[in-house]
Amino acid sequence: MVWAHQDKCAIVGVGATKYYVRGQSWPRTINEMIGEAVMKACDDAGLKVEQLDGFAYYSSASAGYGEKMDTATLMEMLGIPEVGFSAAITSGGGGSAGSMGLATAALMNEDTKYCVTIMALQQYHKRLGLAYSLSEPTPESSFLQPSGLVGPGHLMSVLFRRHMHLYGTSREALGEIVISQRENAIPRETSVRRNPLTLEEYFQAPMLADPLCRLDFCLETDGAVAVITTTSDRAKDLKQKPVYIHGAAHGGKAEWGRAFAWMGMPTDEAFASSGHKAIGDRLWNLAGVGPQDMDVALLYDHFSCMVLMQLEDYGFCKKGEGGPFVQSGAVRYKGGSIPVNTHGGQLSEGYIIGMTHLREAVEQLRGVAVNQVKDAELALVTGGPAHLPVSGCVLRR
Amino acid sequence: MSKAIAIPGEHIKITTDPWTEKFWESVKAEKLTAAQCGACGHFRMPPSPYCPKCRSQDTRWPELPGTGTVYSYVVCHRAPFPGIPDFDYIPVVVDLDGAPGARIVSNLFDIDPEEVKIGMKVKVAFTPIQGGWKLPNWTPA
Repeated sequence: MVWAHQDKCAIVGVGATKYYVRGQSWPRTINEMIGEAVMKACDDAGLKVEQLDGFAYYSSASAGYGEKMDTATLMEMLGIPEVGFSAAITSGGGGSAGSMGLATAALMNEDTKYCVTIMALQQYHKRLGLAYSLSEPTPESSFLQPSGLVGPGHLMSVLFRRHMHLYGTSREALGEIVISQRENAIPRETSVRRNPLTLEEYFQAPMLADPLCRLDFCLETDGAVAVITTTSDRAKDLKQKPVYIHGAAHGGKAEWGRAFAWMGMPTDEAFASSGHKAIGDRLWNLAGVGPQDMDVALLYDHFSCMVLMQLEDYGFCKKGEGGPFVQSGAVRYKGGSIPVNTHGGQLSEGYIIGMTHLREAVEQLRGVAVNQVKDAELALVTGGPAHLPVSGCVLRR
Repeated sequence: MSKAIAIPGEHIKITTDPWTEKFWESVKAEKLTAAQCGACGHFRMPPSPYCPKCRSQDTRWPELPGTGTVYSYVVCHRAPFPGIPDFDYIPVVVDLDGAPGARIVSNLFDIDPEEVKIGMKVKVAFTPIQGGWKLPNWTPA
């Protein structure tokens, strides 16, 4: 059954700061960067900042892993007079794409007229990549942290090793994902990494958690991105062509659960995966479209192996065939059957915990992307494979 | 390549709660165990206040054979914490013999990293860590 709220709400404005190499955004403060992104998003939409009256966050409203986004502080800073909605999808970056569903819920419930979703990240005081190893143990993490799986990349490497064992997937496949995304990043002024990359250079990169090397890990960057949503009726009166929220889902199954913070996934299909199969199934059902209908896929790429496993979980190829699929050139912007991360993604452009994927989807569907997919009408955007909830959304021109 | 070591125990810290403490107490006595539901027999790790199959709180702590099978692993060449020299170590996920569905995530050591295989048999080796506790690590069986 197609979603009751399909196309009833739309993205009408996007704003972003530049993407800084980790720590280099200082002495700008994180709230200062949030302010810039929100004001630019309002300009983009043709809205006054005072018209914003809702906040639909994800990642438990955290900015990175330590700082919090606080609605009252942002209202005070930006002169937003009244708010009717302020809520977050729980957990971490898994909810980024699903925040469009949370915003829809808020708009359809008439809690807000113009809702903003924000993410900001500043790694000046604390590096995200070391977040786990530097934190005090909890009773739960005491079953994981002593192994020396010190960060998310180390944890996900365990899942990909099993994928290699089960399906014969090779590191060349990951190299193809990294190189393909790098090619997409090169012409973009927003990109942090713009130097060309060969497969030989990929194999020379230091192994951080074998089978993953440094280039399989995403960038550590600073910056802020804001996305404004409203009802489709209101969107008609604004500056930009609306990008409709065609479907959105967040959640997931217990068999994935805490995922690599647990390692207890009971089946090989769940263990060697991105945890997105349940979201993919639900999203395609809600949206009334399938992977074959997508013109572009913006897949959360904190680690290259999760792009490969999401391609399987969303049905772009069969389970276990992600390796040969990407090695066929299928995800390339030039000549691929499903261009993936045309912005360069978090591996090469910048990492703002999923928001750059929403930004790129909007640019593709407005027809103004740097690496424009011709006549792009439908885009898949996903949230980070991580402990539940994970999420995805389909956007339509 | 030289043999991987376990992360030195003086760098490892754990904490417990009333539901995980019996596991760590048992390991401290060098008896490997896992939380098993007293009502339906389902194993769960890490230990938690309810059996997810039947919601019973009745929990048993059977002594396990202390062997298992490598389910997956990673090879790391860099020290896991700042301020100590680099060394090779192998985080490993082990399916526990005698406790179907239960896994432990720790280190496999005393093995050349290139010789590690998914599916290989391993045996438990108790490593002293901070606070007088021990960690169930693994060596080749």
